[in-house]
Amino acid sequence: MKEEKDITITDSSGDKYKYGFVTDIEADTIPCGLNADIIRLISQKKGEPDWLLDWRLKAFEFWCNMKEPTWAKLVYDKIDYQGLSYYSAPKQKVAPKSLDEVDKDLLDTYEKLGIPLKEQEILAGVVAVDAVFDSVSVATTYRAKLAEQGVIFCSISEAIKEHPDLVKKYLGSVVPYTDNFFACLNSAVFTDGSFVYIPKGIKCPMELSTYFRINAKNTGQFERTLIIADDESYVSYLEGCTAPQRDENQLHAAIVEIVVLNNAEVKYSTVQNWYPGDAEGKGGVYNFVTKRAACRGENSKVSWTQVETGSAVTWKYPSCILQGNNSSGEFYSVAITNNKQQADTGTKMIHIGKNTKSKIISKGISAGFSNQTYRGLVKVATSADNARNYTQCDSLLIGTTCGSHTVPYIENRNKTAKLEHEATTSKISDDQLFYCMSRGIGEEEAVSLIVNGFCKEVMQHLPMEFAIEAAKLINISLEGSVG
Amino acid sequence: MTTPLLEIEDLYAKVDGKEIIKGFNLTINYGEIHAIMGPNGAGKSTLSNVLCGKPGYEATSGTVRFKGKDLFSLSPEERACEGLFLSMQYPVEIPGVPVTSFLKHSVNAIRSYRGEPELDTMEFIKMVRAEGKKLGLDAEMIKRAVNVGFSGGEKKRLETLQMSVLKPVLAILDEADSGLDIDALRVVAEGVNSLHTKQNGLLIITHYQRLLNYIVPDFVHVYADGKIVKTGSKELALELEEKGYAEFVKEKE
Repeated sequence: MKEEKDITITDSSGDKYKYGFVTDIEADTIPCGLNADIIRLISQKKGEPDWLLDWRLKAFEFWCNMKEPTWAKLVYDKIDYQGLSYYSAPKQKVAPKSLDEVDKDLLDTYEKLGIPLKEQEILAGVVAVDAVFDSVSVATTYRAKLAEQGVIFCSISEAIKEHPDLVKKYLGSVVPYTDNFFACLNSAVFTDGSFVYIPKGIKCPMELSTYFRINAKNTGQFERTLIIADDESYVSYLEGCTAPQRDENQLHAAIVEIVVLNNAEVKYSTVQNWYPGDAEGKGGVYNFVTKRAACRGENSKVSWTQVETGSAVTWKYPSCILQGNNSSGEFYSVAITNNKQQADTGTKMIHIGKNTKSKIISKGISAGFSNQTYRGLVKVATSADNARNYTQCDSLLIGTTCGSHTVPYIENRNKTAKLEHEATTSKISDDQLFYCMSRGIGEEEAVSLIVNGFCKEVMQHLPMEFAIEAAKLINISLEGSVG
Repeated sequence: MTTPLLEIEDLYAKVDGKEIIKGFNLTINYGEIHAIMGPNGAGKSTLSNVLCGKPGYEATSGTVRFKGKDLFSLSPEERACEGLFLSMQYPVEIPGVPVTSFLKHSVNAIRSYRGEPELDTMEFIKMVRAEGKKLGLDAEMIKRAVNVGFSGGEKKRLETLQMSVLKPVLAILDEADSGLDIDALRVVAEGVNSLHTKQNGLLIITHYQRLLNYIVPDFVHVYADGKIVKTGSKELALELEEKGYAEFVKEKE
């Protein structure tokens, strides 16, 4: 007789999290705690100009009077903001001039993560990697080639020194420090991140990519990314994240700001697989991220594509402010939660300009004891004549112990707007599984086939090599979710 | 000399706690085509689901040997890998999964079970196209998601396409003619016939006789109340068509 198979999650990430290792590197870490002196110390260590220190201090002052938001459908232990260290940099005597000078342990870590840091590998992949290790950029490749076109791709610390006018003009212009609790904290203590400037009329000749990694113990990670696409320019930016296994929860509160000017286009793709915690929900990264793009120019365009499989807790709403007439925003998202992961994620599309368009395709997959919420806002201002939005939210449940919730907000102040919303919730049916199995396909492979099919509309918006990686990640995330 | 391919002995099976199959016996030898006919609700589909291992369909006693192996010791996917195939009455939709991708997973799973190397993608697509062409399938169809938006006839053609790609040792066709117009029926039947050899067997489960005009069985069995109540040659099917199943269906107690 055939044994009854129990289709609930029994074991997943615990032993299987491929990137759960810790690099033993001497780190330059400042004492735990958060106060004005710590912020001065961070700013001083980074050799920052006074205007930035002032800005940080203002943000900190504002933050002290803010309350952590509680509206998300998330439950997590209280974060002790005074128990964290806000700066950690791998110790190196002089800045490396080439990869040969980079710490070997660091390179080994990247090797394990499969980051093609070596020049020849980058050549093969035609991707420039601005690798962020903990808080300081240790290597940036291919900058010379980009510089020929006038493209600036560097760490934000370098940009502050070398392109202060650009940074001063745009930093905080999309996400002001007053925006929200986590964005404000980031503004006060951000350590590093990426900076991209694409000049007028330039189509960036390669996909730009950055890999984030959390390493040192008890180190909050406060990345800050600023992307500016000048008139008639185009760039595709890839962000991928992995983190070593930890028992303590690690806080990550990043900011990504994107400014898109006339007729410019930015495509921002993320594959995120930070440590989600073990099967019991122990450990794992807290990911509280503010990502926002401002389509300031006419006919400007932004497209967010994300595949989220990691983190214990996710709070993330990549958004578009559609200011320029005829500008458009897109949001394509796959979020997978397993075991005891929680995700509250979605997008905001703010229509201000005339004839602005937005599209939201969200695919949520919940398994195990996880909980997932799609939270979205489509807002049409009085000025936004003929605004259009199409929203589609699909949820797929695996097993009977997980949860999925959809919270779409719509605020419309213009009669000419057309807004559409579709939502479905489904389960992987026994009939679908049996159909696959009766064709020789094992249960686990069948689940991954069905899930990948469910996500297809989103996955096809990822750049090719990223799509392959993301498909693998989805399979890894669902390992052990059946049988 | 005949060699048994499938041997069912005194099979009893339950669905949702209710006994549906009650003392079923059937032997199919290599090279044979058998047809099982019976009234609605007699449990014809239950039989195919039990044989293929659908969850919820529980054999309570009896034995089934497939190629000499104990069928119930194999998982549903192992049964498929051993060469058992079910052309389903109601094939399900799998959104977002193209037919080619689905079939490739299937073929490679079976090849890997047999210790054979995976097929090259280009070769595979060529092979699927060629098989599809034989069945008069639109080349676009194999790019579409499995059964999504397919008409009843297209679904049956896709089942037949899978059969011709997987080349099973024993194919069970469960109501393979439902939803087919006469031209499609002929194409599907021709496809099935071209696959039939001395090295495989065929079990046709049908309500109507018309499919048996195209796929001619060696034996026709009348199935009622959970077991075979009469066995005959292909002429029996014609007789049933004329007289109906009334004489085989007992009044419910």
